[in-house]
Amino acid sequence: MTTTPLKLYQVGTFAAGNRLLGPGERTVQSSMDRASCITSGHRACRGCGEALAARVVMDAAMRATGGRVVTVNATGCLEVFSTPYPESAWQVPWLHSLFGNAAAVASGVAAAMRATGRDDVRVLAQAGDGGTVDIGLGCLSGMFERNDDVLFVCYDNQGYMNTGVQRSGATPAGASTATTRPVGDGVGNAFGTGKNLPRIAMAHDIPYVATATVADLHDLEAKVAIAMARRGARYLHVLVPCPLGWGSQPADTVRVARLATQSGLFPVFEAENGMLTHATPIRRRVPVEEYLRLQTRFQHLFVGPGRPDVVAALQAQADRDIARFGLAPEEES
Amino acid sequence: MLRQLEGSRAVAETVARCRPHVVAAYPISPQTHIVEALSDLVAAGQLAPCQYLLVESEFGALSACIGASAAGARAYTATSSQGLLFMAEALPNASGLGLPMVMTVANRALGAPINIWNDHSDAMSQRDAGWLILFASSNQEAVDLHVQAFALAERLSLPVMVCMDGFVLTHAVEEIDVPDQAQVDAYLPAFRPRQQLDPDDPVTIGAMVGPEAFTEVKYLMAQRQLRALDVVTEVADTFATAFGRDSGGLLRPYRTEDADVVVVAQGSVLGSLADVVDDLRETGVAAGALGVTCYRPWPWDAVRRALLGIPRVIVVNRAVAVGSGSILGQDVRLSAPAGTTVSDVVLGLGGRPVTRDGLRRLVLDVLAGRLDGEALTYYDVDRERVAVELARELGDAAPTSGARP
Repeated sequence: MTTTPLKLYQVGTFAAGNRLLGPGERTVQSSMDRASCITSGHRACRGCGEALAARVVMDAAMRATGGRVVTVNATGCLEVFSTPYPESAWQVPWLHSLFGNAAAVASGVAAAMRATGRDDVRVLAQAGDGGTVDIGLGCLSGMFERNDDVLFVCYDNQGYMNTGVQRSGATPAGASTATTRPVGDGVGNAFGTGKNLPRIAMAHDIPYVATATVADLHDLEAKVAIAMARRGARYLHVLVPCPLGWGSQPADTVRVARLATQSGLFPVFEAENGMLTHATPIRRRVPVEEYLRLQTRFQHLFVGPGRPDVVAALQAQADRDIARFGLAPEEES
Repeated sequence: MLRQLEGSRAVAETVARCRPHVVAAYPISPQTHIVEALSDLVAAGQLAPCQYLLVESEFGALSACIGASAAGARAYTATSSQGLLFMAEALPNASGLGLPMVMTVANRALGAPINIWNDHSDAMSQRDAGWLILFASSNQEAVDLHVQAFALAERLSLPVMVCMDGFVLTHAVEEIDVPDQAQVDAYLPAFRPRQQLDPDDPVTIGAMVGPEAFTEVKYLMAQRQLRALDVVTEVADTFATAFGRDSGGLLRPYRTEDADVVVVAQGSVLGSLADVVDDLRETGVAAGALGVTCYRPWPWDAVRRALLGIPRVIVVNRAVAVGSGSILGQDVRLSAPAGTTVSDVVLGLGGRPVTRDGLRRLVLDVLAGRLDGEALTYYDVDRERVAVELARELGDAAPTSGARP
């Protein structure tokens, strides 16, 4: 019997390992036989949302496939903190090629498995938001439109954190980054910019698109399991707070992620073949300010007279997405 | 069996007989006929279980080959010119990760100005990417080099580029012997990857290496490249035994013994050059030709030995290092024995024809001292035309330079 040193996380109803649940409903993370694909000792920062998400995603994928997973990793924090030669945190077959080609490399791996009669081996590609929405978008769109048999997971920390917190195409409006400082009358990252990759993925009519956050690990694991039960191109977009880049407390990573969904700024949903199939309703809606105030990247909106106009504009964004995805809490409205 | 075939078709059929598992390609002239023919063969089920990925770019094509090779599959792609440059980031990645694969480069000029015709600017620009780079002198050799390339790549665990002149070879129809399946199967063993992505034996490929080990990794890569020189020779020898014809190897010397002048070149120009050498020999000029088949790794010793005792060497460069000079010529100069005079000539850029007459005139001009010493000579440039343009450019600069009348 395989035994794995196990840590239990018992902080609130959504946390992994909740002992109030029946054994069948417990998370992969809380089970003795979890794969522990990413071992401890890697170099991620304290409170890293990406490290948490990657471990949960990989272990769930291992569970879902009976351990038949290989992974392709784009350049970025995850790659750097997990494989400083001669060490590797990965207990699964892992390939890093370049920043912008993870999707194409994964397509090649999947084609190789099929051509060599090993298509029981499943391919999971991982990248940050830069490697997904910006430099990797060409290859990713190609992988989508060919419907290659790959699950592509984007760990979205809303910027180029590995290179020192610069703006990406996934950085939210109003955020201060090393390349969008709120100098003078500036608001930080400009409004009217950026792209929504889950919706772009949906536009390719691929079998499965989902969003998730590290605030709900049950939901994240369930979506990985759904994705791995299907073939073809699948996309999972996971919001992963970055204490370094967002200026949030390391202990607040899960809390910040939860406020992102509760404020409506990060809608959690699933889509199949281009159609929205499920959206997770917000249980307790909060104003965006509650989310923004925990992060120094938004502190210029609250210093002195602050920028109520900017906060209102962000609230309007959240309201728009709540309406678009039907996220409004049922007891309100 | 000899058949009348287009070079591209012959290469496609040959690649098919090497049984690739994964082909990933993006169309670009003049590579297109190769990937079209392969797509037909795949569609007809002749390559099953080969997977053909119609990717969104050359960067995607090479990236898919990287993934396929790392997963233990025999991978193939083809490109030209801008496509090769679009792959540029992935080229040293494939070689650095030690991933065997084969790529045809249908050689074409690099823009700007955009130009679809043949020269060697594309492959020569990637000479330091860590790939083996082989140049075919004919369509028959292009066919043969592809079979050898898979053998080389997999023996060395390195990627191999097979260069064939765009249009001049790719679109030329001539008699070619495409090895039959049984011959290729007997020559080319099944691919046994040194390392592969396998859930039963997990490995980490592509880790980050810092200053404490990076130099050592690079040193070992360089050593493996140098060792490849012996393997290139061995593979060509075994090919000659199995197929009964000489193809590949490091160099292709033609009547260089006792030569007073030897022209060094790459690619299809070597065919014309052999005729010119014959003509010159008949008129009493002791000329010879030296084809460079294996351009990377550079066959330093072989070139030096081939040029020993040759007083005058002319290098035909079909690519230029702007701001520096020749490319092939620089390599030849490094290897030329002391006392050899090297004339560096640029010829046939962007599809300008390299004719027998032109080559013959070139040799006679060099021997008569009509070329400008050892400097780089743009032999077929329209001197009147560039003089006019130069005068205009220098004239434009006059107001700011202040010194020019």
